[in-house]
Amino acid sequence: MTISLTVNGIRHRSAAAPDTPLLYVLRNDIGINSAKYGCGIAQCGACTVLIDGKAVRSCVHPASAASKGKITTLEGLGSPDKLHALQKAFIEEQAAQCGYCISGMIMTAKALLDRVPNPSESEIREAMANNLCRCGTHTRILSAIARAAKELA
Amino acid sequence: MKATTQLTPSRRSFLKAGTLTIAFSWSAFAPVSAQAPAMAPLPGSLNSNRMLDGWLRIHPNGTVTVFTGKVELGQGILTALSQMVADELDVEVKRLEIISGDTARTPNEGYTAGSLSVQDSGTALRYACAEARGLLLQAAATKLGVPVSELNVRDGSISKTSGGAGASYWELTSEAMLRHEATGKTAPKPSSQHRLIGQSLQRRDIPAKVTGGEAYVQDMRLPKMVYGRVVRPSSPRARLISVDEAVVRRMPGVVAVLRDGNFLAVAAKREEQAIAASRAMMASAKWDEPADLPPSGAALFPYMKQQRAQVTVVSDKKDAIAAATGVRTLESEFTRPYAAHAPIGPSCAVAQWDADKLRVWCHSQGVFPLRGDLAKALRTPVDNITVINREGSGCYGQTGADDVAMDAALLARALPGVPVKLQWMREDEFGWEPLGSPMVMKLKASLDSAGKVVDWTHELWSYTHNSRPLDPDGVNLLAAWHLQKPLTAAPARNIPQPSGGSDRNALPLYVFPQQKVINRLLLDAPIRTSALRTLGAYPNTFALESFMDELAGAAGVDKLEFRLQHLSDQRAKAVLERVASMAQWQSNALPTVVKANAGVLKGRGVGFSKYKNLAVYCAVIVDVAVDTQSGAVRVEKAWSAVDAGLVINPDGLRNQIEGGIIQSTSWTLHEAMKNDATYKLTRNWSDYPILRFPEVPVLKVELINRPEERSLGVGEGAQGPTVAAIANAFANATGKRLRDLPFNPERVKQALA
Repeated sequence: MTISLTVNGIRHRSAAAPDTPLLYVLRNDIGINSAKYGCGIAQCGACTVLIDGKAVRSCVHPASAASKGKITTLEGLGSPDKLHALQKAFIEEQAAQCGYCISGMIMTAKALLDRVPNPSESEIREAMANNLCRCGTHTRILSAIARAAKELA
Repeated sequence: MKATTQLTPSRRSFLKAGTLTIAFSWSAFAPVSAQAPAMAPLPGSLNSNRMLDGWLRIHPNGTVTVFTGKVELGQGILTALSQMVADELDVEVKRLEIISGDTARTPNEGYTAGSLSVQDSGTALRYACAEARGLLLQAAATKLGVPVSELNVRDGSISKTSGGAGASYWELTSEAMLRHEATGKTAPKPSSQHRLIGQSLQRRDIPAKVTGGEAYVQDMRLPKMVYGRVVRPSSPRARLISVDEAVVRRMPGVVAVLRDGNFLAVAAKREEQAIAASRAMMASAKWDEPADLPPSGAALFPYMKQQRAQVTVVSDKKDAIAAATGVRTLESEFTRPYAAHAPIGPSCAVAQWDADKLRVWCHSQGVFPLRGDLAKALRTPVDNITVINREGSGCYGQTGADDVAMDAALLARALPGVPVKLQWMREDEFGWEPLGSPMVMKLKASLDSAGKVVDWTHELWSYTHNSRPLDPDGVNLLAAWHLQKPLTAAPARNIPQPSGGSDRNALPLYVFPQQKVINRLLLDAPIRTSALRTLGAYPNTFALESFMDELAGAAGVDKLEFRLQHLSDQRAKAVLERVASMAQWQSNALPTVVKANAGVLKGRGVGFSKYKNLAVYCAVIVDVAVDTQSGAVRVEKAWSAVDAGLVINPDGLRNQIEGGIIQSTSWTLHEAMKNDATYKLTRNWSDYPILRFPEVPVLKVELINRPEERSLGVGEGAQGPTVAAIANAFANATGKRLRDLPFNPERVKQALA
């Protein structure tokens, strides 16, 4: 039995059991680096990816339940040569210290900007409330999201 | 029983590097070594890693390899070092490849800790590069037949001022050129010639991190790699009674089940299979659980004061005449609970044994010290082990980074030739990382009739702030204590002044005629503690700077003015004055309590420290809003002025200070670990709330650049001043002082009731 997934526009197959959290299929079968294990119970946001444009915690989302949707990870937004506005803004604002949370931050921000193209600062803060950062890079992350919103507008 | 230690020359000694005893002479603070051969001291880490080609190799293909023993922790150190190298060597940054923290390849610089990397590694590299540049220019002068003074260098290309044929590093370099000891005699460039030092170069590690590149040890993938998980005892000193290994072995994908005393681990072909197997193993394990943990909450602190302690008088400055002029004496006690590092990514390592050789990739802050303890714990010669740093999640001190390397090495030994990636689960990290020690600080001071402090006492009680690997009297790796043939942890130790451990920043920078500082190191730690960013400086600065406000209040002097009156250090005064002007501090503008609306009290406070009394100067002012109904404290704005001497990368420095303010706000408002008599109760983020986006203050940081002063460590500079500013702002807002951390809603409501 195999699971079939569309990740960043490419169809992949995995031999994982159907209830395997999407995170492990992405990381270990498909070779995705960005989504990270942080807590395993959807509390921190480090594993956030998009399924059909909606931010999802891949650490608790069964892989089989993602087979019909389009999965987007940070790798699918842009590459070092062709950065997405959010990735560019995070570099310009130097919005990372260790950066372990950053993939989840950018994907959550992407879902926000798709929904609310021109968010206020408090809307950004609220949208990011369930993504945890431990280095204290919050204010730079807020600036980066606001910068990207401006560029995309 | 209490042991009493006075600071005398003979007692004031400690072991360093395992074999070499270095005693500090009390009078001169000059290191005196009994065993090291007489060698001229060299700057920074050059002193202990003296070969030039140990730091730097210049290749004919136009690239330069830089070796450093310091590692990237998200603090941007590799970017800062690249700027220093590029400036001293006169090459572009893009030519540089940096190898960091690899026991097979880099200098041994101990730990990346204590805000020392620019000072240790940066200084070494600047001198090594200056000397290498000099040698290359000498070679060019010989080749071109002109004196060195008539040569210019630009990105490795050497030209004559008179024009004509030139030369380049890439044609002149040879392996032999740098294969000798550094002399330390070629001075680095003066700041007027810096091109990149002082510029906000973008970090070299960020592009990969925002595009899903392989940036962390968690992202490593090796051929045939399997996944490991560890199953820890149910409580700190629980002993295994039984476990059903057979049922775990039969589970899908399982390739190894390891039981060695109280150490349990599993490996499986797939990560989720390893997790499932570890859960099953945990469920089947039965433990004998002693109820031997200390009380939690307020009862912890009286308990701590009764424990066996080693007492050190850290400072004992006497002036009986001045002290006798005291007319009013204040006394206050402050506490800080157990606190976690709580990295967002739990600790992770990859290990592989090939015959009797072990390679470990991990995010340890000290690959060489870790290798030493791994050798002892695995009973393997040091030379058979290679430890290679790969970045992990930010650590802020000693997390499980070293322990997980040992776990992976043990599990990989059961699978020869197979790489094993082992990541801790969230509950492993909360349950087993060494915590930041709880502390009690008791302060007492007398004011004279003019409102000046004439007598000061700071007493503290703390468990150790350093139980990292590489202690000659034990093995500081978790799994080593759980094996069938267990090894024991090293005894509790102080880190001596001038930087200090528990007593870091307990010595006031303020000038008081009479002062006494007493450090009580608690010798028996029921819960494991070790370095958490700033060690004792965060709790001590909280106490010291809160108490300064209490004294200023008693003296009827403006809080900022009171500090300035007691300082003689001009740079300290300068950061306070700068932050006051940034925030438009109004002298004694009482009441500063603004009743914004019913139930919300607003106030402002200031805090200051010179980290370790020898690193960065940092002053912080915050505005807080206290919701008297919910008990929530919100830090709305924070200003900081910082003097770190010569600034290598201003934006990198700002990032560290901003992060420090936010992290300290989180520690201050939210963070405390919980336990009952048997179990540690904090397992996930709902048990251990940290600061979230809606609560983050608006920040403003300004740097006072002093290019002619040496660079001062900055990574831990903001935490102490921030907690103090919040405590003082709370008191300013509410008229009540909080002396017990954290300032969570429960405690705030209690204080305001």
